[in-house]
Amino acid sequence: MARDAALLIAWMRRLAATIRAHEAELTALDAAIGDGDHGANLARGFNKVEQKLDAEMPATPAALFRLVGMTLIGWVGGAAGPLYGTFFLEAGKAAGSAAELDEAGLVRCLAAGLAGVKARGKAEPGDKTMVDALTPAIEALGSGGSLAEAGRAARAGAKATAPLVARKGRASYLGERAIGHVDPGATSSVLLIESLAEAG
Amino acid sequence: MKKLINGAENVVAEALAGMAAAHRDLIRVHFEPDYIVRADAPVRGKVGLVSGGGSGHEPMHGGFVGRGMLDAACPGAIFTSPTPDQMSEATKAVEGGAGVLHIVKNYTGDIMNFEMAAELAKEDGIEVRQVVIDDDVAVKDSLYTAGRRGVGATVLAEKICGGAAEAGADLDRVAALCGAVNGAARSMGLALAPCTVPQAGKPSFELADDEMEFGIGIHGEPGRKRMKLEQADHVAGMLMEPILAELPFRWGDEVLLFVNGMGATPLIELYIVYRAAQAIAEKHGLTVSRRLVGPFMTSLEMAGVSITLLRLDDQMRKAWDAPVVTPAMRWGA
Repeated sequence: MARDAALLIAWMRRLAATIRAHEAELTALDAAIGDGDHGANLARGFNKVEQKLDAEMPATPAALFRLVGMTLIGWVGGAAGPLYGTFFLEAGKAAGSAAELDEAGLVRCLAAGLAGVKARGKAEPGDKTMVDALTPAIEALGSGGSLAEAGRAARAGAKATAPLVARKGRASYLGERAIGHVDPGATSSVLLIESLAEAG
Repeated sequence: MKKLINGAENVVAEALAGMAAAHRDLIRVHFEPDYIVRADAPVRGKVGLVSGGGSGHEPMHGGFVGRGMLDAACPGAIFTSPTPDQMSEATKAVEGGAGVLHIVKNYTGDIMNFEMAAELAKEDGIEVRQVVIDDDVAVKDSLYTAGRRGVGATVLAEKICGGAAEAGADLDRVAALCGAVNGAARSMGLALAPCTVPQAGKPSFELADDEMEFGIGIHGEPGRKRMKLEQADHVAGMLMEPILAELPFRWGDEVLLFVNGMGATPLIELYIVYRAAQAIAEKHGLTVSRRLVGPFMTSLEMAGVSITLLRLDDQMRKAWDAPVVTPAMRWGA
């Protein structure tokens, strides 16, 4: 199925609502191994994304992703702002001038976003970060899986961060004390993929 | 939560408005994006110094904006890194033709946001250099962590680089000096009581009446260990020991000793700790020739103290002694 800007906007609105609904959960996960602001920061950023989308309708996928990326960079702060901002900026670059994205195009954009996150955060799978949820989800899509399957892969990837020692971000200061906690960034990345599945 | 605020969402903006009103002779505050610049910015021909970080550490960094110290400071949400648009706009506002130095504390978010800001500023044709401060010996520096945190040395680096820039040092020299200060400084802190981020509404951790958290971070991150509270002289010794072990401080070295309050610990206790720390430094053959005592890098109302020891050379001492006129630090002018 092909997604034009209007369908992708529906994804962003669904994601904003999902982040709001899970704000307390994300904050609680972050309080355990970080500094307890992940939910509030992401909610602030996605609320701003919604406001901007109320005011203007980007005409292409690239324009939408760029607007989302710039808004998150400007309004989230912390590490999540540059990381999610970079995800959407790189996805926007990969979208080119296409008026709509087919399945292959969508996967290309998501993979470019993930590559941007890894470069910006210097993170690899197994570091206990958002990369651990995004990687299996995008791999599932790339091998022909459905969005629902990608969502389940992301969820499993996030769950698998619990036994890991964190190697990036503030959780890395905790050493072995981070073991047993699911990574908050991986959890918000699950919401990103699941909301795409829900938006269709 | 018991705080003198109007609403948790407005804390940073209202505090900035208050700073602008209280220090109108020294600074100007720009909103959306938020940044503080010295009143006479940009200063032609001078290297611009920009720093920033989460709010909640006042007077750092906004209180250090003014002649002889920072040209601009970018305040983020409480304990949250500011965003690249703040830093790139602040960089533009202070660029006087000699380039701009970004002084960045080593936290994942701060590093990434300042990196993106530097990329934006370069697109505008501004020469930007970045120096990362990572002086906290409580955190092990390894390939598998985010590395040591930036704490007390930040205050010293901002003063010393400000003095050098005001005296006409070029971007290369100011950046090299900043790196030298970071390389010659080590810090260690502890907390007696936690702080509460207004939007969270409850303390970031809990300590019993007779406990302290040793090796605390400035955002309430847990430290090396939790232990029974000891008397001040003993605590000063515990803080000094890993600092002295980390850098090869040598007999006869000249040092600056900085005893910093975390917010709620009163000056009377800081002076007790200072007295003990100076005696320990002297017992190790160090000459304490410069000192700083007070709440300069706080964590809201956290109770606690940190100690920073900086090995001084002639260039650093001269820049430290140079006049400074900011809301929170003022001498020689």
